[in-house]
Amino acid sequence: MTKGPHPASFADRLPAFLFPRLSPIAMVGLFIALILFGFLIFPVLQVITVAFQDPASGALTLNNFGDFFGSALFRQSFFNSFYVSAISVVVATVIALPLAYITTRFNFSGSILIQSLGFIPLIMPPFVGAVAMQLIFGRNGTINLLLREHFGFTLPFMEGLNGVILVQSIHYFPFILINLSASLRNIDRSMEEAAQNLGAHGLRLFRRIVFPLATPGYIAGAALVFIKVFDDLGTPLLLNVNNMLAPQAFLRITSVGLNDPMGYVISVILVAFSILSLWASFLVMRGKDYATVQKGGGGLAKRDLALREKILAYGVVIFILLIVLSPHIGLLLLSFGTIWSFAPLPDAYTFDNYIRMWEGSQQYVMNTLLYAGLAATLDVILGTAIAYIVLRTGIAGRKWLDYMATAALAVPGVVLGIGYLRTFQDVDVPFVGKPLASWWVIIAIALMIRRLPYALRACMAALQQVSLALEEAAESLGASKFRTIRRVVVPLMTGGILAGFVTSFATAAVELSATIMLVSAERDSPLAYGIYLFMQTPSGRGAGAALGVLAVVIVALGTVLSQIIIERDKKLRTAGRD
Amino acid sequence: MTLEQKAADMAGIEIRDLHLSFGDTKVLTGINLSIRPGEFFAFLGPSGSGKSTLLRAIAGFGPQPKGEILIGGREVATLPPWKRDVGMVFQSYALWPHMSVRENVAFGLQERKVPAKEIRSRVDEALALVGLSHLADRMPNQLSGGQQQRIALARTVVIQPKVLLLDEPLSNLDASLRVQMRRELLALQRKLGLTTIFVTHDQEEANTTADRMAVLDGGVIQQIGSPQELYDRPVNLFVARFLGTANILEGQVEIGSDGALFRTATGDVLHLPAEGTAGPSNIVLRPQNIRIEQVSAPDTLQGEILHREFLGSQVRYLVRAAGTEIVVDQSHRAGEVWLDPGTGVHLAANTRDAVLIPRGA
Repeated sequence: MTKGPHPASFADRLPAFLFPRLSPIAMVGLFIALILFGFLIFPVLQVITVAFQDPASGALTLNNFGDFFGSALFRQSFFNSFYVSAISVVVATVIALPLAYITTRFNFSGSILIQSLGFIPLIMPPFVGAVAMQLIFGRNGTINLLLREHFGFTLPFMEGLNGVILVQSIHYFPFILINLSASLRNIDRSMEEAAQNLGAHGLRLFRRIVFPLATPGYIAGAALVFIKVFDDLGTPLLLNVNNMLAPQAFLRITSVGLNDPMGYVISVILVAFSILSLWASFLVMRGKDYATVQKGGGGLAKRDLALREKILAYGVVIFILLIVLSPHIGLLLLSFGTIWSFAPLPDAYTFDNYIRMWEGSQQYVMNTLLYAGLAATLDVILGTAIAYIVLRTGIAGRKWLDYMATAALAVPGVVLGIGYLRTFQDVDVPFVGKPLASWWVIIAIALMIRRLPYALRACMAALQQVSLALEEAAESLGASKFRTIRRVVVPLMTGGILAGFVTSFATAAVELSATIMLVSAERDSPLAYGIYLFMQTPSGRGAGAALGVLAVVIVALGTVLSQIIIERDKKLRTAGRD
Repeated sequence: MTLEQKAADMAGIEIRDLHLSFGDTKVLTGINLSIRPGEFFAFLGPSGSGKSTLLRAIAGFGPQPKGEILIGGREVATLPPWKRDVGMVFQSYALWPHMSVRENVAFGLQERKVPAKEIRSRVDEALALVGLSHLADRMPNQLSGGQQQRIALARTVVIQPKVLLLDEPLSNLDASLRVQMRRELLALQRKLGLTTIFVTHDQEEANTTADRMAVLDGGVIQQIGSPQELYDRPVNLFVARFLGTANILEGQVEIGSDGALFRTATGDVLHLPAEGTAGPSNIVLRPQNIRIEQVSAPDTLQGEILHREFLGSQVRYLVRAAGTEIVVDQSHRAGEVWLDPGTGVHLAANTRDAVLIPRGA
């Protein structure tokens, strides 16, 4: 401890209105705000501005939107995107509803099957499965070959938009399944019994009481599916369906050029729809906290199934799971197959694809590890800092850090990519000698911004578990704020932070929509882009599939690992409490 | 249309030799019960006694019981809940949060395919009955606990059920509201003439509302009777202890030359006013039926004051006597001098109000 007042330093003598006194933590907050502004808010604003600017004069105008809706192709794309998203929600619902209903309403031994296998689609990027789906459900795929041979007709599962709908709904239905099941589990048994007591039963009971009480969960899941499908670029691109919004934006920017306003107009529409559907689901759910489970009371009554019902239930579940897992099965077959064309199954099986994949894609894998690792590391650092500032300090405007970071959810990867290209094309990186927009680091930054909302949630949850008293105890024993954070708070958050890191890493590793715009040289390509390149030629499909399997394994391992970390952390916590 | 029932519509409930198990655990054993039409009946018992399970079995919820349940003479034990025509009010009220008050109340009528116009008037009537007509368009989460309770009641009585089942209806209300609500419940039941079963663990609630009640413990009915009968003449120690405070002395009844007497295990003697059956027995003495005397007299128990509590209208002493601790209530008058712990006293028991319970009951 120093004695007496500090002599006024130079900094203290600066006029306060020009140089407000900031605590060190506020400085950190300000720094994070600058990062978020620079790499999220500003690029998106830039995109929006360009959409409203005359390309020649730079004057404010609505002409671009007029041009957009004046073009038959764009009107068609707009309609198609909307149609595909809406129908995907419907198909995803058809898949998820029976699974959710069966697991929550009956004592069904297959529930475990649903709970584990039902979530597998999420660990595979949809575009990876798209090619495999083509081989199973396509015009000359397994199913249609068999149909033609035995029944003389085929079904257009994968023709045009149908293909996108099928791939997307199979990939994204778990969002509805997870949310709907959670909602169903939160309904108190008395809600159902009261209705039975007053004369309702069976399907009517489900339609009037049970399903309405589960709507908040359903809407949340459905909105998520709608946005994800609406914004997705990889799947339509791989299925060669270009008359949708995201592929159009990509094609305009990559083939027509960075100055073509149409890419920006589409971006604005994508962002607007994301926000709109989030807002709509918020409106629907407002004031509807239907979680009615009482203390000690159980959820909905589960009924035993009669043998015939059991067979039916297993039939439905296995049928659905077969469809749901078909991309994985197809991908595996393709990766081990020699030639798979005009045949229900590959002609022969080999390891060659894996060898070729390994020889041709070590660079991709190394790049992915680098980008995703960097992004995930930055995510948990930023996430921890933001969580701490939001939850534990009184800094003015701290909520805005949370809002800004979370806003990334509403920004499609394509839009972020276009924003970066536009904003950073003229920003030269010192010593590297090229613009920031084509430097590999920008890919890692894009991944960081895209995954930040998820990492932030994980960090916030972890911090909420750390009692404030632990921190106060450290401070009262003489630790400064930063030392308390470093020696007490962060160690206690480790489990949550690690889980956040692993999920961020695993999902960033297979992200395509932002990276595909930012990859400027094949040398810098990550794994997802590598798969995309392989899949462009029929001969590369086997190796592409092998790389796809690798991607699935990475994400699956990541998911399992983060679950293990979370579980172990939970155990540690409860053990300490006994 | 009116919700008030004619005496002819009233249905009694008859339960014969009912047994019920959750898996291997027996929850109800040999239940026999006869509830009269229009009666306000209470199931009273500690938690886990099976009282809620019995009520739910009457409504058709829970595992299938063995035995008969007759409502208004009709066997319902094998019917699903929606065909039983019993109205149940749930402990949590179970108002559906996605429906307005009016929609909640109309639900049962819609399920019964009642014409829309009639539904409207009957819902209005039911809401008026519970005094909440002005809240028809509110959502349940905008109502207070007491209001929710009334809406739950309206939703149930609007279908004119044969019987009304109330599962701990007052347990989610705060103490002051509880007293008011139980009076309203009783007034409503009297007005509608509905055969009603009220489940509670609170003896005061049962005593103040029920015409008759059944005390349950361990899945077995211990005793059935009016509140007064159960308090004054409990048939076993459980009922004696569960209703009010009971001092129980072990000993035996002897028939002497001067009539019957009760000899405690410690050798103290209390003369009994009536003939008793000789043999091992327990005697139940209520705290207000014991007087504290300063001097020894025949038929008194010698003891020492251990503890004193001032309860307002009464002073409650804990006295060590006859080998046990005895609770004695003395009514309090202004300025009275209280006895201090350690004081030696003699307890005079009014054996006319005492109950003899043969050992083992």
